[in-house]
Amino acid sequence: MQESLITDENVELLLADLLEVYGYDFTDYSRASLKRRINRLYSLDKFPSFAEFRYHLRSDATYLKRFVEQITVNVTEMFRDPGFYKALREEVLPNLGTYPFIRIWLAGCSTGEEAYSMAILLQEANLFHKSLLYATDINPSVLEKAGKGIFPLSQMKQYSENYILSGGKKDFSSYYSANYDLAKFDEVLKTKMIFSTHNLVSDHSFNEFQLILCRNVLIYFDKDLQAKVFKLFDESLDNLGFLALGSKETLQFSPIASKFKKSGSEKIWRKIS
Amino acid sequence: MAQDILNKKATEVLIIGGSAGSLEVILHALPLLSNPLKIAIIIVLHRKSSSESILTELLCIKTSIPVKEADEKEFIKSGTIYLAPADYHLLIEKDRTFSLDYSEKINFSRPCIDLTFQTAAEVYRESLAALLLSGANADGVEGLELIQLTGGLTAVQNPEDAKISYMPQHALDKLKPDLILNKDEVADFINRLH
Repeated sequence: MQESLITDENVELLLADLLEVYGYDFTDYSRASLKRRINRLYSLDKFPSFAEFRYHLRSDATYLKRFVEQITVNVTEMFRDPGFYKALREEVLPNLGTYPFIRIWLAGCSTGEEAYSMAILLQEANLFHKSLLYATDINPSVLEKAGKGIFPLSQMKQYSENYILSGGKKDFSSYYSANYDLAKFDEVLKTKMIFSTHNLVSDHSFNEFQLILCRNVLIYFDKDLQAKVFKLFDESLDNLGFLALGSKETLQFSPIASKFKKSGSEKIWRKIS
Repeated sequence: MAQDILNKKATEVLIIGGSAGSLEVILHALPLLSNPLKIAIIIVLHRKSSSESILTELLCIKTSIPVKEADEKEFIKSGTIYLAPADYHLLIEKDRTFSLDYSEKINFSRPCIDLTFQTAAEVYRESLAALLLSGANADGVEGLELIQLTGGLTAVQNPEDAKISYMPQHALDKLKPDLILNKDEVADFINRLH
């Protein structure tokens, strides 16, 4: 292993270019992860020099798409952290059930595994018919995948275990049909999903929600950007709405902390004022 | 043992990486560490993603030095032992804070030892020390090479003393570390870092 070929200074140049040429603002992202992923892309695409890499990114808008897709993290799972989904089932959904209409925002939904997990929970709680899931991400290409609802069959054993641990009582395979090495999820689940690009850095609130899920997205943002996004979530939540974060993320030290109360032992907060 | 090097080098952070068979080495060394600790220790172990906070509690029992799971954006302080959380990569930022990353597994592992070694090497350079312990995986070896390249101190558990020799042996095949340690020598090594 050698030192990163793309240095800290190079990274700053690229981020400034992205903002100047394309209006994509990554300057408030945590650097270590970005630097690693930019270096990874630089090696993958076999650029002979940083200058060529930079020129290519600045001048080729189609390469921008690949760049953004590759420097952001799109790893996700169905029913990841089963205890969290159990808490959604037992503590959050009964509350949402009292609303005539339920709007849920999955911010940073990536390839959609969480959206399908959420749809299954809503179905099993008999709330699906009056719910709408807004699944957003900065990357158009992951949203395309999410819209298909097709995931590798090899993952289903793990997902099925997660599902059962989350309190699922059905046969998990009843939610998809297997075709060669792919699992295609029930089309019905998609009927209440709306996929759209949304950039948490620059885009505004677009609705009022009873539940916002944003898990393992904020870990890539610096403190200032985290604070800004928390404010956006606060503005987008109904009174008494819920905010759910990743297992290592917290609202605790944020500017909106005093308006929220932690609900149970999972990373779920309820807006109280 | 060529421990003269310990007197010459000033170390801020020690990262201990390990996989199968490494926990017993850490549990053996912890009670023998002097408190206060002059450096920060970061422990990156391969473990099941479900084993959550039990490991932190287990380590806490063995020492009076503060032990905690690394939080994202937390500033790295000397005198503390940090543990990489399960199922996240642990990265070190230039401002000496932790970052967590949930990207793909590397070397079949998350946390990946190479990744913590690499990001720390580029931040701490000569003031970094690393110790690679027992394991059945080659994770950590490339990172150790980089730490050597950037002037840090490298130590590897003696493969003959390790429960699973693959990881330390692989390290010895690839580089000549500053120190090769038996399990019984680990605590003394850490106590001499300053």
